[in-house]
Amino acid sequence: MKHIVIVGNGISGVTAARFIRKHTDFKITIVSAETEYFFSRTALMYVYMGHMKFEHTKPYEDSFWKKNNINLIKQYVNQVDFKQKRLHFESGDVLDYDDLILATGSKPNKFGWLGQDLIGVQGLYSFQDLESMENNTKNINHAVIVGGGLIGVEMAEMLTSRNITVTFLVRENSFWNIVLPRQESELINRHIREHNIDLKLSTELKEIIDDGNGRVKSIITNSGEEISCEFVGLTVGVQPNIDFLKNSDLKINKGILVNEFLETNLPNVYAIGDCAEHRTPPMGRRAIEQVWYSGRIMGETVAHTICNKQTPYHPGIWFNSAKFFDIEYQTYGIVNANLGDHEEELYWEYKDGKKCIHFIFDKLNHKLIGVNTFGIRLRHEVFDKWLREEKTIDYVLLNLKQANFDPEFFNNHDEEIINEFNIKFPEVNIHAEKKKDTFTSLFSL
Amino acid sequence: MKLIKNIGLIIFITGLVIFSSTTFMGEFHPTKNNIHQSLSVQQYENIGVQLENIFIGKTYTSPTVISSEFTKIYNSVNENLKAEQQWDKVMWDNPQIVVYKLIKSSATGLFIHHQWLMFLLTFGLGIIGSLMYIIPDVILLGTLGIKNNQIFQSSATNRGWIGWISFVYLVVFYIVLYFFPAILSNQILIVSPISIALSGNPSSQWFLYGLIYCTVMTVMAVRMFIKYRHSKYQILRTGTVLFFQIAFAFLIPEVLVRFNLPYMDFKNAWPLDYDFFFDWNINGLISSGNIGIFMFVWGIVLTLIIVPVFTYFYGKRWYCSWVCGCGGLAETLGDPYRQLSDKSIKAWKIERYLINSILIFAILMTAATLYTYISGNSNLMGISTFDIQKSYGFLIGAIFSGVIGTGFYPLMGNRVWCRFGCPLAAYMGLIQRFKSRFRITTNGGQCISCGNCSTYCEMGIDVRWYAQRGQNIVRSSCVGCGVCSSVCPRGVLNLENRNESGRFGKPLEINDNGLNISNT
Repeated sequence: MKHIVIVGNGISGVTAARFIRKHTDFKITIVSAETEYFFSRTALMYVYMGHMKFEHTKPYEDSFWKKNNINLIKQYVNQVDFKQKRLHFESGDVLDYDDLILATGSKPNKFGWLGQDLIGVQGLYSFQDLESMENNTKNINHAVIVGGGLIGVEMAEMLTSRNITVTFLVRENSFWNIVLPRQESELINRHIREHNIDLKLSTELKEIIDDGNGRVKSIITNSGEEISCEFVGLTVGVQPNIDFLKNSDLKINKGILVNEFLETNLPNVYAIGDCAEHRTPPMGRRAIEQVWYSGRIMGETVAHTICNKQTPYHPGIWFNSAKFFDIEYQTYGIVNANLGDHEEELYWEYKDGKKCIHFIFDKLNHKLIGVNTFGIRLRHEVFDKWLREEKTIDYVLLNLKQANFDPEFFNNHDEEIINEFNIKFPEVNIHAEKKKDTFTSLFSL
Repeated sequence: MKLIKNIGLIIFITGLVIFSSTTFMGEFHPTKNNIHQSLSVQQYENIGVQLENIFIGKTYTSPTVISSEFTKIYNSVNENLKAEQQWDKVMWDNPQIVVYKLIKSSATGLFIHHQWLMFLLTFGLGIIGSLMYIIPDVILLGTLGIKNNQIFQSSATNRGWIGWISFVYLVVFYIVLYFFPAILSNQILIVSPISIALSGNPSSQWFLYGLIYCTVMTVMAVRMFIKYRHSKYQILRTGTVLFFQIAFAFLIPEVLVRFNLPYMDFKNAWPLDYDFFFDWNINGLISSGNIGIFMFVWGIVLTLIIVPVFTYFYGKRWYCSWVCGCGGLAETLGDPYRQLSDKSIKAWKIERYLINSILIFAILMTAATLYTYISGNSNLMGISTFDIQKSYGFLIGAIFSGVIGTGFYPLMGNRVWCRFGCPLAAYMGLIQRFKSRFRITTNGGQCISCGNCSTYCEMGIDVRWYAQRGQNIVRSSCVGCGVCSSVCPRGVLNLENRNESGRFGKPLEINDNGLNISNT
């Protein structure tokens, strides 16, 4: 029987294992040095904040793996012998495979700053990072976070939950504005500051200063300002975790190079998730996409191929989500930081400045291109359908109620959004459907 | 703000300590008259003289001593009578209830002359202290949103020493309340003026319990309003369940009594209201004229029509977390403990066996009761109906719903009774699972398996199991508290009443067009 070995027990590797098991009785082994069992990386922050215990981050009970006959090995892979189809572990043990799936994830970027390896300086990606953050932030008062992305803002929330004050250095002139349009980015700037975070925009790290005992004492910014701190969070992005594959026959660039079937240059070797770099990315997608959802789709895709149903990687309509302190963010379709030439926009913001919705659509034919929403939940199924069917903004606005996913009794802003549209595009002027009568809505018929 | 909180905590604990220690206070001078009036003719004949010899002329400084001496005499005389087989003389009343009357009538000190002062020192301090502890959160919690920081790092909410002390206190309180109410005589005396004002009668242990229940719920509802002030669903739900407790479970029944009408909690549906079909209740209702008949019919309509119809449209949440008293306490006092419920598959299995067995037990008991009521035959297949009722009342009514149901909040989460024991929840659960429009919808592929939903599900449902597969959550136990939806950081979960078709949803899978989001 074929032996499938998966290196990495994150969402990509585990999804691959689950779907291979679903379709075949191949022998499956998952190797990880990080933790014995699969856990949700995205939930590490909640463990630190005391919302959960680590055991709560495990999506499957420990008995799940045995029940589904998936072997788990906790080993660190030192080297892969692709010719012999054999893994060499740090312990000296070896493991032979027939098919190998590399799903080794990422590691935090470090850009060679002076002092970047001092005690109290770290990124946040792995379970071990969480443990060291726990140790590094015991009884401290002030921290500096470098890098304005999703992990940076999570780290700021984590530290704030322990009453540690935070200085947040962001290279760009507005938070995450390489991804978010100006309006949303500014909304989040305000929200971060509302949590008493000292958000320093257009500021970069120059060096980290040693206190004389190998611990961080302070940092110096590119403007020469010295900020004393006891902890430095480096959250300037991640890169594929593939050092152990360098100097092998495997073709790698930034990540492990794969074709549309997630196959590498070597037979029987696949790469999925954060560590994979697509030679020809799907339309509108990046070559390396470090996103939970993409990893999950790649895991399922490669499982099909391994189970003899060769399947190309088709991620479908782009979607993503995040949460910035208290504000939830969802996006469907393509919303770029800057408006394209052929694009038109509708931006509506609630008067409290904490909710907004941003539609991007085609200037000429009004077809929806993408939507960002903050503080309002939208129905994935509906927007996926509308984007596939290329509905117009007029249609979308008129049917917005169908796409609302906020809990019952929440304030609905559809009318205000339509008004905003009618003010901006008086020549179109749309009218929303009438409200259901009380009886019908009471029984949700 | 922190200071106000801490002072509040000290005041609250002071109130709680005074409340608990009143058991060991007071002044009691039992007189011949007291003894005579507290006992029935039969009881007086049996033990009157002995009691007079012991009690008269003495001053007692705590109800516990009177209670234990009384119980000693009562039981020993009773045993002799039983040994001599003098069945016509044997006393069947609970000595705790009898002696309570004696203690109450012989009280002279603090608890008679300064009832309002004592009320202030117990209830008053408790309320003021806890509000001082809770209200600063308006500012301390900061911006609107989910604030579950440090829940698993605090010993009160993570089975630490505070959790264990709370557990012991609650369990002892319920055991005393159900089985040794005489110990609570002073506390009952304290609230007597309120009882008299409402129903015209002096208070009983159940009035005391009802008042504590409403007070605790109100105070902890304030906490809910603050904690979930960003969620209209949670605010409306909490307000409604509080209203039903205070109006329907507490005030209306008391006022009914004032007008010489039967005591009735109009929202309490059989089989949760397990003694609704007991002969004394049916007789009491039927003998009270038209309004009594209406109450009897209402009880039947509630169980047979209103409960299933509403459950079809809204799921069992309409009752469990919007109306029910047990649910009301769980959602207010119990909210800080919701994360302690067991999410394992094993616990789910135990839950299904246990709760459905209790539903069957309740149905069989009621069937036996009605058989006896109609046929006049007190035995059904050789088993005494009275014994069945008594064991149900003891095991389910007192031990399970009270001692375990609430006592175990700090260890097993706030819905122990609702999840494992409540026969009405079992009944509605079957409807919810098989014939209802209610579900928790999973939002396409947005789940990141973080586990907040499962962690904070008070019913121990592994919500994430469904959400990460892109499937909707349709489970008989779900009480629709909506907290999974509130704590989800990605807007994945939503409680909805929609068409029955496709309510379970399909698992998320890719197809030739990429990820298939379509749920139906």
